[in-house]
Amino acid sequence: MKIVVCVKQVPDTTEVKLDPVTNTLIRDGVPSIINPDDKAGIEAALQLKEKLNDGSTVTIVSMGPPQADVALREALAMGADEAYLLSDRAFGGSDTFATSTIIAAGLKKVGYDIIITGRQAIDGDTAQVGPQIAEHLGIPQASYAEEINVEGNKVVVKRQYEDRHHILELPIPCLVTALAELAAPRYMSVAGCFDAYRAKEVKTLGFEDLKDGFDPANIGLKGSPTNVFKSFTKQAKGAGEIHKEISAEDAVATIIAKLEERHII
Amino acid sequence: MDFTLSNEHKLLQEMYRKFAETEVKPLAEEVDEEERAPMETVEKLAKYGMLGIPFPKKYGGQGADNLAYSMCVEELGKVCATTSVIVSAHTSLCANPIYEFGTEEQRMKYLVPLAKGEKIGAFGLTEPGAGTDASGQQTKAVLDGDNWILNGSKIFITNAGFADIFIIIAMTDKSIGTKGISAFIVEKDFPGFSIGKHEKKMGIKGSSTCELIMENCIVPKENLLGQVGKGFGIAMKTLDGGRIGIASQALGIGEGALDETIKYVKERKQCGKRLSQFQNTQFEIADMKTTLDAAQLLVYRAACCKDAKGNYGPLAAMAKLFAANTASDVTRRCLQLHGGYGYTREYPIERMMRDAKITEIYEGTSEVQKMVVAASLKVN
Repeated sequence: MKIVVCVKQVPDTTEVKLDPVTNTLIRDGVPSIINPDDKAGIEAALQLKEKLNDGSTVTIVSMGPPQADVALREALAMGADEAYLLSDRAFGGSDTFATSTIIAAGLKKVGYDIIITGRQAIDGDTAQVGPQIAEHLGIPQASYAEEINVEGNKVVVKRQYEDRHHILELPIPCLVTALAELAAPRYMSVAGCFDAYRAKEVKTLGFEDLKDGFDPANIGLKGSPTNVFKSFTKQAKGAGEIHKEISAEDAVATIIAKLEERHII
Repeated sequence: MDFTLSNEHKLLQEMYRKFAETEVKPLAEEVDEEERAPMETVEKLAKYGMLGIPFPKKYGGQGADNLAYSMCVEELGKVCATTSVIVSAHTSLCANPIYEFGTEEQRMKYLVPLAKGEKIGAFGLTEPGAGTDASGQQTKAVLDGDNWILNGSKIFITNAGFADIFIIIAMTDKSIGTKGISAFIVEKDFPGFSIGKHEKKMGIKGSSTCELIMENCIVPKENLLGQVGKGFGIAMKTLDGGRIGIASQALGIGEGALDETIKYVKERKQCGKRLSQFQNTQFEIADMKTTLDAAQLLVYRAACCKDAKGNYGPLAAMAKLFAANTASDVTRRCLQLHGGYGYTREYPIERMMRDAKITEIYEGTSEVQKMVVAASLKVN
């Protein structure tokens, strides 16, 4: 089984500053980490590999600038078998659509049975890239996974929902998006850190390597349908009130009263 | 000459720091207060390879190097000196002599489980009458058929309370002095071997420091380490390497104290100003940082020299002499910057000051290091 985990290198904070002119993140001076949901995905993949114990491998794929190499080395030091960095100037400025287009092309090149991505990245928070990759590849997907197991020739996923869980069975190949709760990531090991540089390599795939896998009009800044119009810091929402076991009439009256209280109606 | 760390060492440093902050630091105060060995941490150290760093993979090690090992002890030492000396004594004083002087059979039997962290190691050289004068060994070993029979006792043995495998130095022929000293690999369950008194100490309180008692202790002949009569050389060579570990520990304690102090002086206000705004604070911090960096260069140089199979003994002695002195000096000055709060056990700085002192004493006092350095210059 070839388990592929897609990871993103992100700034190590949820409160990075925005450049007010370009509306992009100011990354200078902020340490970079593997996105937490993605890191849980790596751990889940490693656990799956260990549980299967049948020669299955874990491959890491990331799209990003050359500096993202260190995130891939970290994944190798945790125990991943191989790593690919999809990197090219032509990929710069990609939105989620263009990114998923490129990653899907990379995955076609690399090969896969189970693809695990993080649910969402802490810098963009879109939760779009994983599902989009599955669409590009035409394979089934399950998002918000809290548990991933392989049973026979099926992948069984426990999906988190607001008030319940869904147990989903997917054929292989498929894509699963992981929550940080999925698995607490292990540390790198000492031998892992050495091997990540001395025994393993990060293979870089650029535009030329992947061009047969996508329409060049769909990648990079020009291939991105999304334009950032304006960025701002969101005001924190209140905790909300929960009224249980009240009649429909009382519920309506309570809501009306609240709306009136705030001069909404 | 390149003073930058390789990519793999940078990655390791990141891992050690994360591990130390998350797994080791939260226990440091408790381990000190309760004077207990952090066995739960030892298991994790084993899991991530920190008990077999510089040994080849075929012997259960991580295939890394002595610099990687030194950095591990340093990072652990920043947050918990007790934890760092467990790694240091185990690696340098027990696993390393088996790696360097052991037969292939001894390496497979003892080094493999030690390097994997399945077994913990210790080293018995010091005796009540043989401290700095290590040649004054009273423990005797006599060959009786297929076994060596050991009699005597050792004191101040680090890791003794929970170690499985001990390197024991003993006299096999008193008439020829140091040439009559030999080394043995002793398992804790060998008949006639027992652990005596646990020492109560000023610092590194979680570290287990005990007496070893050998009463007609039966050690199989094949557990002789190296040749008969080579034990003193093995012990001295082992301590040369051990000093890299203790120097790293001392460095870590000093760096940890400075980290805590920088945090403190940025928060604490007196006379309407943060302590960090006073020039005395700035000069103290700058001075300590400079000395610590100098210590780090000496420590890393000694580790790299061992990796390059150079004559690292005098370099390790200089590194330990300077780093231990720096640790004691820096922790004392850091406590002073903390004022009264630093003297309370609310803050880790008093613990660090207590922990630092031992680095000037064990694995060769500072005075012994000076003897080693002077001798290397043929001034003797």
